[in-house]
Amino acid sequence: MEFFYGLFIAPFADFAFMQRALFGSLMLSLGACPVGVFLMLRRMSLSGDAMAHAILPGAAAGFLLYGLEILPMTIGGLIAGIIVALGAGAVSRFTIQREDASMAAFYLISLAVGVLMVSIRGSSVDLMHVLFGTVLALNNEALILIGGIVAVTLACLAIFWRALVAECLDPLFLRSVSRMGSPVHFIFLGLVVLNLVGGFQALGTLLSVGLMMLPAAAARFWTVRVEPMCVLAVLIGFASCIAGLLLSYHASLPSGPAIILSAGVVYFCSILFGTRGVLRARIVHHRHRTA
Amino acid sequence: MTNACLTFRDLTLGYGSHPAIHHLNGVVRKGSLTAVVGANGSGKSTLMKGIVGVLKPMEGAVVRMPGVRTAYLPQQSELDRSFPARVVDLVSLGLWPKRGMLGRYTKEDRESVSKALMAVGLGGFEKRPIDTLSGGQLQRTLFARVLLQDADLILLDEPFNAVDAKTVGDLIQLIKRWHGEERTIMVVVHDLDLVRQNFPETLLLARQPVAWGDTKETLRPENLLKARRFHEAWEENAPWCEPDAHDHGDDLAHDRHHHHDHAHGPDHHHDHGSGPRAA
Repeated sequence: MEFFYGLFIAPFADFAFMQRALFGSLMLSLGACPVGVFLMLRRMSLSGDAMAHAILPGAAAGFLLYGLEILPMTIGGLIAGIIVALGAGAVSRFTIQREDASMAAFYLISLAVGVLMVSIRGSSVDLMHVLFGTVLALNNEALILIGGIVAVTLACLAIFWRALVAECLDPLFLRSVSRMGSPVHFIFLGLVVLNLVGGFQALGTLLSVGLMMLPAAAARFWTVRVEPMCVLAVLIGFASCIAGLLLSYHASLPSGPAIILSAGVVYFCSILFGTRGVLRARIVHHRHRTA
Repeated sequence: MTNACLTFRDLTLGYGSHPAIHHLNGVVRKGSLTAVVGANGSGKSTLMKGIVGVLKPMEGAVVRMPGVRTAYLPQQSELDRSFPARVVDLVSLGLWPKRGMLGRYTKEDRESVSKALMAVGLGGFEKRPIDTLSGGQLQRTLFARVLLQDADLILLDEPFNAVDAKTVGDLIQLIKRWHGEERTIMVVVHDLDLVRQNFPETLLLARQPVAWGDTKETLRPENLLKARRFHEAWEENAPWCEPDAHDHGDDLAHDRHHHHDHAHGPDHHHDHGSGPRAA
């Protein structure tokens, strides 16, 4: 019992920075994981990654002007992300180019601008900080920001749920009954940017996309419906955050990668043991029913 | 025309600078059941897209009766079959015109979904994931969605593709039921026998309308021959269509309800004497 307490409870009970880290990362999961599910279902999994890169110049601009302050970096990241999302989205909607290509073009340009800006300031330690963040240094400001982002995300998902599902499932149908198709796509891209920006203080621009995609990808192996998939993704996100933080605490590992790797373990387990996973498909299908 | 559900005014639809529907004039009466026939590339699907509004006209206009609710079953659905949804989720999208984005589905709504599935012979399929449906079952599921949309104007683009003979019969019955309910229906069909047996009116397209009106008259051999001679390919250097140069298509359209903007001579019709009136 003592051992159990020491292993799982004490780190959070004894240290305020661990409590903040836990609180912040759990909130992030709540918003980012359902968004990740829709990204995956729209076959835009890699767009999340692209968007994460796209945020860099904005965050770098905030950093150059104000130093390592959460608010300017967040707002900068938000602006850069929205420009790239809207630009890439608009190019794919109004020209013949598909979204994967336009997204790649926009994010690469954005990334190059970002690297250029960081290099003007100098040290690569700064760049590392922007890229990889640290969940153990979340201050009140950051927690409030994350809380706001989660609230906006959940509200948007609740309001636009049906349109979002329709836009994923049968976009042409949605266009024939409603004008919501394009707006809902852009709102969704906005949510992606928002959640990536929310995550980058804690996990860095590169790894915040991990908390978005890995739980979603893992959840896909367990259910055939969207609603349970989102709930499951959030739960996997929670578990990964707790496991990652404990791992980081006990083994003195950087917290961001520890969280994402925990989600990675869940992902690999899901591939193997999920109800729609590899093993089950191999074993159960030797028997079949009459109809 | 007071009972016009759809009015085409010098409608040209196309892609790039090439028309797929060229100067179409005419009226689709409210409550009419029209088959749209023609060779591949003759503009059938394009016309459907133009009516729904997913394709904007290059010239002219489609005027819908105000307040008309449209249901559209496209030939090439953009449906994502790998999306984790059940049959009931897909069919329930048909409630959109009634419930919109935020309205709750009531118990009645769920019952009407079941009834719609029953009507297309898919009773009990509610919980099936859509990626387990066969092509024909999926088509019937989409029919159930159209049923649920409760639309005044129903556009079906090759709805009988990949559907077995028995189901075609069932779906035709469904279409006739809609016809009986005074809904306006346009169906793109390839099977001319099916058209002759079941559709009172036919529009024969070959980029221009070749003939439009009573099915028996429209599908006369000389009209079919004319439609078959239609040249499918675009020509990159085809001459530009000048305002007064298009002297063929529009005159053949639905002469009974003709909206004519051009000052053509009276003998003009005889030059292309294949419209319903000339017949």
